[in-house]
Amino acid sequence: MISVRGLAHRYGAVEALRLAEWSVAQGERWLVLGPSGCGKTTLLHIVAGLVRPSEGQVEVSGENLGRLNAARLDRWRGTTVGIVLQALHLVKHLSVRDNLRLAQYLGQVPQDDARIADTLGALGVAEKGARRPSELSQGEQQRVAIARAVVNRPKLLLADEPTANLDDAAATKVVDLLSEQAARHGATLVVATHDARVKGKFRERLEL
Amino acid sequence: MNLASLSASYLRARPLNTVLSLGLLALGVATIVLLVLVVSQLEERMHRDARGIDLVVGAKGSPMQLILSGIYHVDAPTGNIPLSSVEMLSRNKMVKRAIPLALGDSWRGYRIVGAPHAYPQHYDATLAGGRLWEKPMEAVLGAEVAARTGVAVGGTFAGAHGIGTEGGGEEHAESPYTVVGVLNRTDSVLDRMVLTGIESVWRVHEHAQGPEDEADRKALEEAREVTVVLVQYASPLAAATLPRQINAQSELQAASPAYETARLFRIVGVGVEALRAFALVLIVAAGLSVFIALYNALEERRYDLAVMRTLGASRGKLFGLLMTEGVVLSLLGAVLGLALGHLLASALGGWLEAEHYYAVSGLQWRPEELWLIAVALGVGMLAALLPAWRAYRTEVSRTLARG
Repeated sequence: MISVRGLAHRYGAVEALRLAEWSVAQGERWLVLGPSGCGKTTLLHIVAGLVRPSEGQVEVSGENLGRLNAARLDRWRGTTVGIVLQALHLVKHLSVRDNLRLAQYLGQVPQDDARIADTLGALGVAEKGARRPSELSQGEQQRVAIARAVVNRPKLLLADEPTANLDDAAATKVVDLLSEQAARHGATLVVATHDARVKGKFRERLEL
Repeated sequence: MNLASLSASYLRARPLNTVLSLGLLALGVATIVLLVLVVSQLEERMHRDARGIDLVVGAKGSPMQLILSGIYHVDAPTGNIPLSSVEMLSRNKMVKRAIPLALGDSWRGYRIVGAPHAYPQHYDATLAGGRLWEKPMEAVLGAEVAARTGVAVGGTFAGAHGIGTEGGGEEHAESPYTVVGVLNRTDSVLDRMVLTGIESVWRVHEHAQGPEDEADRKALEEAREVTVVLVQYASPLAAATLPRQINAQSELQAASPAYETARLFRIVGVGVEALRAFALVLIVAAGLSVFIALYNALEERRYDLAVMRTLGASRGKLFGLLMTEGVVLSLLGAVLGLALGHLLASALGGWLEAEHYYAVSGLQWRPEELWLIAVALGVGMLAALLPAWRAYRTEVSRTLARG
């Protein structure tokens, strides 16, 4: 699913990431662990095709990302990758349902209300479809962010610090939800975190 | 969901900015639409009223006043001229047709015009009912006069001295008119006229002066006058000599409608241009308002734009999103402005009609309005260009790393 070789990335003169080799099989659940500033987020962004690495080769789901032009890379990301961000970043003025519809529109997949309802239902927020993000609790917003990431049935689900600022119970719940959703859609899950509490939830771990 | 609905949702999320930009744009467009409608319809109407009239001859005074009173019937006449001048003009070989008009009275603000049948025939007027006047004190109503007063064939009325819109002065109750005909609408000055024979105007005023005996009556008859004579040249060469000939006479003045109308529009044009410039300033201000609104909003939207990139949006799509917001705003503003402009023209038209001036219709559409939409669209797109470029250059990784 993911194959990384000789990867390095620099921001100016500062090296942010170096990774000789990393292979992830389809359907696996990985934890990328390390302290702040070790390059976890950079790795996720490279794997998602948001950043082109300074060196090395990255293949995801059979595509060599270095060979895709910008337009194809954007299209590929919209259909293949789902991303859950630490700060969630739901679009405030859109309803929950429209946040998911936005993902379908930008991912260039058919806008399907039934699929949106099914996705929200699977995350336990079916009745919140008409609400604005500001009208939801933190936990509900977390579920909607996951729903937005999986509504296009991506093959790869990435989560960047999803448990930051959460208590133990909430952190466990979020990781469980991500795992459930990845399993439900047969997606590979990669969670980047510095949070050692969730270490036990993952068998495959990459320490940076 | 699409780019337009997404843009619209962003605009709805900032109602104050959106309303301000829309309001400025709509006001600018509406002002220009109003000017275009009023000026073009006024020009059309004035050209139609002056069609086939090469020269207006009347008493000495302001030539523009002579034209305004003799053709358009919107000003007081410069005075009267002797009846003999009509005969003199009719005999002149350079004159194809001379139509004398006698003014002085009005009825409910509409001018009573003494004229030969050649006057309505000049405007191709047809009768909606009844017949043209044959005897003194018979009157024919223009279409608007009949519609507004509700008086039909067979009705009677008394004129009042003076030709002001407020209805004039002393009423000539002792010399009532009988309506014998009503004209169809001609979209000319005739619609606002009460037509009668010239003899009727003389009779009303001679009666008012109350001749004591036969000698007085004869003296009054000999002193009969008309107000203006509308002249059509027999050949274009007449334009070079006839006005000079007439102006050389001590009592008469000749004025060219083409020249005086052009002069009038030059004078009015300064005000029109000033208003047009003001409207353009409003449109430019609207463009600035759109620019400031979009540019300021970029800061609070930077995460949204970055998230959209993670969801698969290309840089071009973000550029398109901001440009669409500019286009949606400018199109909405232009449409609102067009509607407002036409509404204002209708309101102004209603008031002008009530005051017996030229009516202006808000239901007419002019080709220039398409240009206005294009200009508004251009302003909106120009205003959105820089914000759209900044959105295009959104650095996803760095933006998301910040928050």
